[in-house]
Amino acid sequence: MIRTEELVLNVGPQHPSTHGVFRLLVKIDGETIVEATPIIGYLHRGTEKLAEDLTYTQIIPYTDRMDYLSAMIGNYSLVHAVETLMGLEIPERAEYLRVIVMELNRIASHLVWFGTYLLDLGALTPFLYAFREREKILQLFAEISGARLTYSYMRVGGVKWDVPDDGWIGRVERFVDEFQRALEEFHTFVTGNEIVQARLKGVGRYDRETAVAYGLTGVNLRSTGVPYDVRKAKPYSIYDRFDFEVPVRTEGDLWARYLLRMEEMEQSRRIVKQAVKQFPSGGEIMARLPKLIRPPAGEVYVSVEMPRGEQGVYVYSEGKPHPYRLHFRRASFINLQILPKLLVGENIANMVAILGSIDIVLGEVDA
Amino acid sequence: MADEQFMTRLVAALRQAFGETVVLEAQVNPSMYGAPLLYVQTERIADVARYLRDEPSLRLDFLNDLHGIDFPDRMEVFYFLQSHQHGHFVALKVRVDRENPHVPTITGIYPAADWQERETYDHFGIIFDGHPNLRRILLPDDWVGHPLRKDYVPHDEGV
Amino acid sequence: MKVILEVIIFTILVLGYAPFAIYVHRKLLGWMQGRVGPNRAGPYGLLQTIADTLKVLQKEEIIPANADTALFRIAPIIAFAPAFIVFAVIPFAPSLTFADLGVGLLFYVAVASISTIGVIAGGYASNNKWSLIGAMRAAAQMISYEIPLVLAALGVVLLAGSLNLNTIVEAQSRSVWFVIPQILGFVIFLIAAIAELNRTPFDLTEAESELVAGYQTEYSGVRFAFFMLAEYVYLLAMGGLIATLYFGGWLPPHPALAFIPGIVWFLLKALIFAFLPFWLQATFPRARVDQLMTFAWKWLIPLAMVNLVLTAMAKAWI
Repeated sequence: MIRTEELVLNVGPQHPSTHGVFRLLVKIDGETIVEATPIIGYLHRGTEKLAEDLTYTQIIPYTDRMDYLSAMIGNYSLVHAVETLMGLEIPERAEYLRVIVMELNRIASHLVWFGTYLLDLGALTPFLYAFREREKILQLFAEISGARLTYSYMRVGGVKWDVPDDGWIGRVERFVDEFQRALEEFHTFVTGNEIVQARLKGVGRYDRETAVAYGLTGVNLRSTGVPYDVRKAKPYSIYDRFDFEVPVRTEGDLWARYLLRMEEMEQSRRIVKQAVKQFPSGGEIMARLPKLIRPPAGEVYVSVEMPRGEQGVYVYSEGKPHPYRLHFRRASFINLQILPKLLVGENIANMVAILGSIDIVLGEVDA
Repeated sequence: MADEQFMTRLVAALRQAFGETVVLEAQVNPSMYGAPLLYVQTERIADVARYLRDEPSLRLDFLNDLHGIDFPDRMEVFYFLQSHQHGHFVALKVRVDRENPHVPTITGIYPAADWQERETYDHFGIIFDGHPNLRRILLPDDWVGHPLRKDYVPHDEGV
Repeated sequence: MKVILEVIIFTILVLGYAPFAIYVHRKLLGWMQGRVGPNRAGPYGLLQTIADTLKVLQKEEIIPANADTALFRIAPIIAFAPAFIVFAVIPFAPSLTFADLGVGLLFYVAVASISTIGVIAGGYASNNKWSLIGAMRAAAQMISYEIPLVLAALGVVLLAGSLNLNTIVEAQSRSVWFVIPQILGFVIFLIAAIAELNRTPFDLTEAESELVAGYQTEYSGVRFAFFMLAEYVYLLAMGGLIATLYFGGWLPPHPALAFIPGIVWFLLKALIFAFLPFWLQATFPRARVDQLMTFAWKWLIPLAMVNLVLTAMAKAWI
């Protein structure tokens, strides 16, 4: 009779594959996980509390630091809420600039996911190839906003900076054309790889009912066959002017989520391509607004589609320069809840793969 | 207009199922995609949520958001429900006593509420009765006070 | 006198190889990943490994509390020493074999498996759960892949009729290189060898993204360097073995090229196979632990058996 004992393994907060300061307490029997308990809050900065003493413009930099991989869309989520409350009309040129930078940011964010996910699976090279492409986007962002990661580019009523010179739009167009080749390269090198497929197919599977019950959004939900994308379900900005698809798969496993994120990069590329074509040659980039923004009293709850799912912003305004209450529904925070359920019965290698496929950003989980 | 009709139908259905007093107030909020915003009797929130989820014509199966708000005289919990099948939304609110904040949990109906209720407990001290694991989530376990309450004073142990 | 000279040559050869291999490894990976690789220390970064070695030597030696101190100290040496010993039986050139043993191949396999004990001991002694899991994986992996490795090599032994590596090389000079009749055996041997060396896609024992650094997690400074050194030296040893068994060792590809000394041919072939894993590392993700086991027991071992039977039948009838 062999006596075996369960081992409590402390994964994180410092671990190469937790993508930040995330801690997971797993009980393992051999290499099989019996129980997993996520522990979060290591990066909690109290954004919602801080925001109550700040003007709306001052809150924008805090949205950069939630999902720091897609700060442009994070910026937009806040200004979108305030603009909805104020009923503002946004200048055409600003809307196009917003869509261009948001979709480029979605590509950049998915590229980080792609690189780090393959790193989780043990492949080193895709990471560098992905970052090579992301670097080009960051360069474009640095030119238009002056920052590579925390842009604070959006303002209530428009955007902060106009395109730096006439060549910028052309450089964006060149990038999206070249990026198609890079995507093909990724598919050749990674998607077709036998080991990648063996690692991903059939692992970390959940069905549609579970996904909906756990409130999953983004790719995590779309991998189970629910075609829910905020850009289509609750249209915002000028997304109705572009022709793009919401990729959906029904397998619900890691492989489906991998393919969907790859496909989303292609769709974002299409949107940027169209936006660049339609980009107005002149016009304002800011609506006429007083220096100090005082939205009317009332409450608003609106959502945007972040690379990781639906980000909801709730603002309760008393008509003062500061929000009375500001709440962010962070996609990563809610998506992460399903993790303990998925991990039971998996081994450590799959644990890393499943966590990576949920695709969390700890700045967003902990806010 | 359609939003108004949807709200009227919804309120009537709820009142029929749970009695007149279940919905305290109702209004359409255009800043929430025209979702009806209903103030629901606090003790009935779990029943209402279950009804909204299971009723075939509503199928509000997706809990989009759950959070608290603190006011000088009361606290509120905000729920935003959504239907993937029908594509409509409903916002619910319950009023909570500041001194003795208790709300029935909806984790049994929406597993997604688990962490969001814990977060609300963490920030506001609202106790969700029946929650399987109501502990602090973002703040350390030994934190004193609930910081998103407006009268929160940081606890200083002194050096 | 001759023995001492041989030992000195041998030590210089192998020790000189390790920094060179690390440099080539980093440069190759750099090029494959669109980077430059080391280029700061010395011309073309050639002194990078020297600089790294000096740094590693200065590092404080950290032994975790509650570790099995004696075992923790000795484990890197157990892992490292066999890597040097196996070179004794490898024929570098017609007259350059340090120990021309009759059972050379057996000696190689037997000594090489001692390293596994060093890895397991290191992982066990660290008193770290990641190390322990890494060590357990190492034990399972090494045992599983040694079987197809030896079974595949047996095909060569059958053809040559000897376990002596010199005899095996000479047998190839009379016929073709054994890679041609033993192509299946060669593929199995190569895969098993990569698994034995813990290289991608079978680098499960140190799987960074899963086990932090596996059995090496708690090692630092010189002791860590010992594990590293063992790994790189084994690459050359395995490259040498593959060259000897399947590619005619020191033999030139064509008799007309015989004016080039045998040691050049041998090193050329050995280095190709020593550096092949770097290419694989840049290309592949990591297999999962259960897939690794399934692959060994359900595919490699039966195939190696088939190869052995086919070889025996061919030997008997032809």
